[in-house]
Amino acid sequence: MSIDMAQFHQVFFEESFEGLDAMESGLLNLDMGDVNVDEINTIFRAAHSIKGGSGTFGFTAVSDFTHVMETLLDEMRDGRRSVTQPAVNVLLGSVDCLREMLRAIQDGVEVDRHSVDLHKAALDNELNHASSPALLETSLPPPVVEADGADGQISGWSIAFSPHLHLLKTGNEPVRMFRELASLGDLRVRADLQGVPDLYDLDPEECHLSWKLELEGDVPLNEIDEIFDWVEDDCDLAKQPVFAARDAYAEPLPDDWKAESDVQAPAAASVAALPTMESKQPKKEEPKAAAKGSSSIRVDTGKIDTLINMVGELVITQSMLSLIGEHFELSKLDQLKNGLSQLERHTRELQESVMNIRMMPISFVFSRFPRLAHDISSKLGKKIELKLVGEHTEVDKTVVELLSDPLVHLVRNSLDHGIEMPEARLAAGKPETGTVTLEAYHRGGNIVIEVTDDGKGLDKEKLRAKAVEKGLIEPDAVLTDKQTYELIFMPGFSTAEKLTDISGRGVGMDVVRRNIQALGGNIEIISTLGKGSTISIHLPLTLAILDGQSVAVGDETYIVPLGSIIESLNIKEDRLNRVVGKGETFLLRGQYLPIIRMHEIFKVVSARHTKLTEGLLVVVEGQGVRCGLFVDDLLGQQQVVIKSLEANYRRVEGVSGATILGDGSVALILDIPGLVRLANQ
Amino acid sequence: MSNTDTGKPAEQRDRRSLAEHAQFLSFSLGGEEYGVDILRVQEIRSWEPVSRIPNVPAYEKGVVNLRGAIVPIIDLRERFDLGRGQYTPLTVVVVLQARIGDKVRVMGVVVDAVSDVIDVEKNAIQSSPDFGTKVSTEFINGLVSVNKRMVMLLDVDKLLQLDGVDTLTGLGEDDEE
Repeated sequence: MSIDMAQFHQVFFEESFEGLDAMESGLLNLDMGDVNVDEINTIFRAAHSIKGGSGTFGFTAVSDFTHVMETLLDEMRDGRRSVTQPAVNVLLGSVDCLREMLRAIQDGVEVDRHSVDLHKAALDNELNHASSPALLETSLPPPVVEADGADGQISGWSIAFSPHLHLLKTGNEPVRMFRELASLGDLRVRADLQGVPDLYDLDPEECHLSWKLELEGDVPLNEIDEIFDWVEDDCDLAKQPVFAARDAYAEPLPDDWKAESDVQAPAAASVAALPTMESKQPKKEEPKAAAKGSSSIRVDTGKIDTLINMVGELVITQSMLSLIGEHFELSKLDQLKNGLSQLERHTRELQESVMNIRMMPISFVFSRFPRLAHDISSKLGKKIELKLVGEHTEVDKTVVELLSDPLVHLVRNSLDHGIEMPEARLAAGKPETGTVTLEAYHRGGNIVIEVTDDGKGLDKEKLRAKAVEKGLIEPDAVLTDKQTYELIFMPGFSTAEKLTDISGRGVGMDVVRRNIQALGGNIEIISTLGKGSTISIHLPLTLAILDGQSVAVGDETYIVPLGSIIESLNIKEDRLNRVVGKGETFLLRGQYLPIIRMHEIFKVVSARHTKLTEGLLVVVEGQGVRCGLFVDDLLGQQQVVIKSLEANYRRVEGVSGATILGDGSVALILDIPGLVRLANQ
Repeated sequence: MSNTDTGKPAEQRDRRSLAEHAQFLSFSLGGEEYGVDILRVQEIRSWEPVSRIPNVPAYEKGVVNLRGAIVPIIDLRERFDLGRGQYTPLTVVVVLQARIGDKVRVMGVVVDAVSDVIDVEKNAIQSSPDFGTKVSTEFINGLVSVNKRMVMLLDVDKLLQLDGVDTLTGLGEDDEE
């Protein structure tokens, strides 16, 4: 029987990486003072299945390594070892190392032995530097035997193998294992029949035998371990080297290894073990399909059910309409109108729920930050608490993917530059632990993501001095607070006194802003010196559909994104002002709004109104700048599908894209910040 | 396997003719005859109103909806400074595919009338002399004579390279301000 194991490798890697993520977040959640056993159990289980899987596929390097981690975790789980920060750090490092190893195996490249040895040594060190007395444990022998190289003098092994009653039900066959063992060296097997009950009480599916095995030959422990890998939890196992020159690490053979102790194995355990083994099979199929396409998406079943319901309703409406159409009389006009409005509603709902499929919770991006915060804070010696708020806010998949790099940058900046060292914080009368909050929420048609820290804030004077020094602004330039903060988005700008490998090179913030703008969003900074800063990112929920207001300029139609419209109004002559050389402004509630005449800026010859009082003013806001667009008329609101102008054409200033209207003609979608730039030229 | 020598002569001849012949779609423009590689022609349509794009050279007439794609329309007469024509339902738009960078772009060009599909032997194509006409020789791949008429073969990729186009020629500058 030969199975091509390679076909399962992908599944194994998928599961292992998921397991590693689980371990990582588990480790980060561990509270030193009050350790939650469930948490450790989760970590342990993940480690255990990676070990089991890698053993099966013959990735011994991985299984050996995981074994050491597992031993450490097991002791923590049993409370024999206290959970300390150094131990957790070592484990986190090992998680990274394991991930590297698995990646290397997946890519078919050489595993970095040096790094593996280093991490293993750290783990061993953690293990040996034991706070606990009871290191001797039969089910999990400490791996120090191999680590010390004592196996050179071992001439053989004496193994006591007492399976639990349910061993056979888990699909393990002792005979096969013994054959494997026999292939390693000269094997002698003695069966212990004491535990076998009377024939009338015997359940043939239970294992009542236990064995004493003697294996001769210089066999490394890990090869034996590998054979017993799968049954480790389902048996009592004791391995003892024979004729070892040093038996310092050898475990004493338990006296009561005889079968009587096994008969007591709880029946409940055997029942529980069975379904878990079976349920694994179908589960493994699913991620494999997902792994094939590079750009796949996991969709909540609830969303698909909604979609199916809607399609159902659509079909009903359609059949109703075709029934009306078959024998149409004028008396059925009301029915027809009714049906059409239903059709419209269903189509809209269908569209919404299809778009909804592309929505993913922002936690996909947020989930990596606890680790980042942990690493950076320990590296810099800062005390930082990271708060995540609104992780379930949903955004379009594309946005999620493109958002992660800029966000990492911003969070790093907050951690590195924002939060001060503990002493400085205490001196400033702030709590020793700094807080960085990542918050996501919906506002209007936008998603807002805020990175807030309670650190030192931005120093306006310093920003200004730096900008002058770098020649970015004139020494006598008058800047508003907002414009000053915006300086950090200039290329090559950095106020960090010294560079660290975390941030401070001054590349980045300009890239961050460019990325965000490419997504159709904008970024703003609010900061108070000594209190902290907030960076907020506003992004459209989706990149494919937009709520738009159609406006007419002459015989041309343009779409203004509804999200950027504040209000539309008639222009009154007495509120108009002309600023010499700067154009016109409109006084609205005490604020002078610059007026952009659409027909002038877009050179529309067919414009109906050139006198401001005859047309309409659409007050819009883009990137924090408010202005009024002078148009001929408002036409209507509609959802438009955004089409790229650049696909076949090129970028046009003041235009973010195009869409196709109901009559098949093309209308341009206005880009408000671009229009403002255009008007300023 | 011996039939490799004698077999498929027709195909070989075809292949040879493919290598030595090329087909061009010829069209007239201001009384002159131009040709484009027929493999670059996606379709021929009649003129329909376009949506104007603001602040671009006048020969870039605007964009149309071509089965869901936004496709720009360029007036070749204006592009080559051959004067402005009237647009009627009989005006023809040739939709071309241009390879710009690693992308294929689809664009429509307005011409006076489509004339013919011409078969040209490749070695009959003459290199274009610098004759200082209004049409920048930059866009001309070569000249060929068909029935004693000269046909200028256009390089579609260069012709439709709009991004840097304003700097190549001085056309349309009057429209900028």
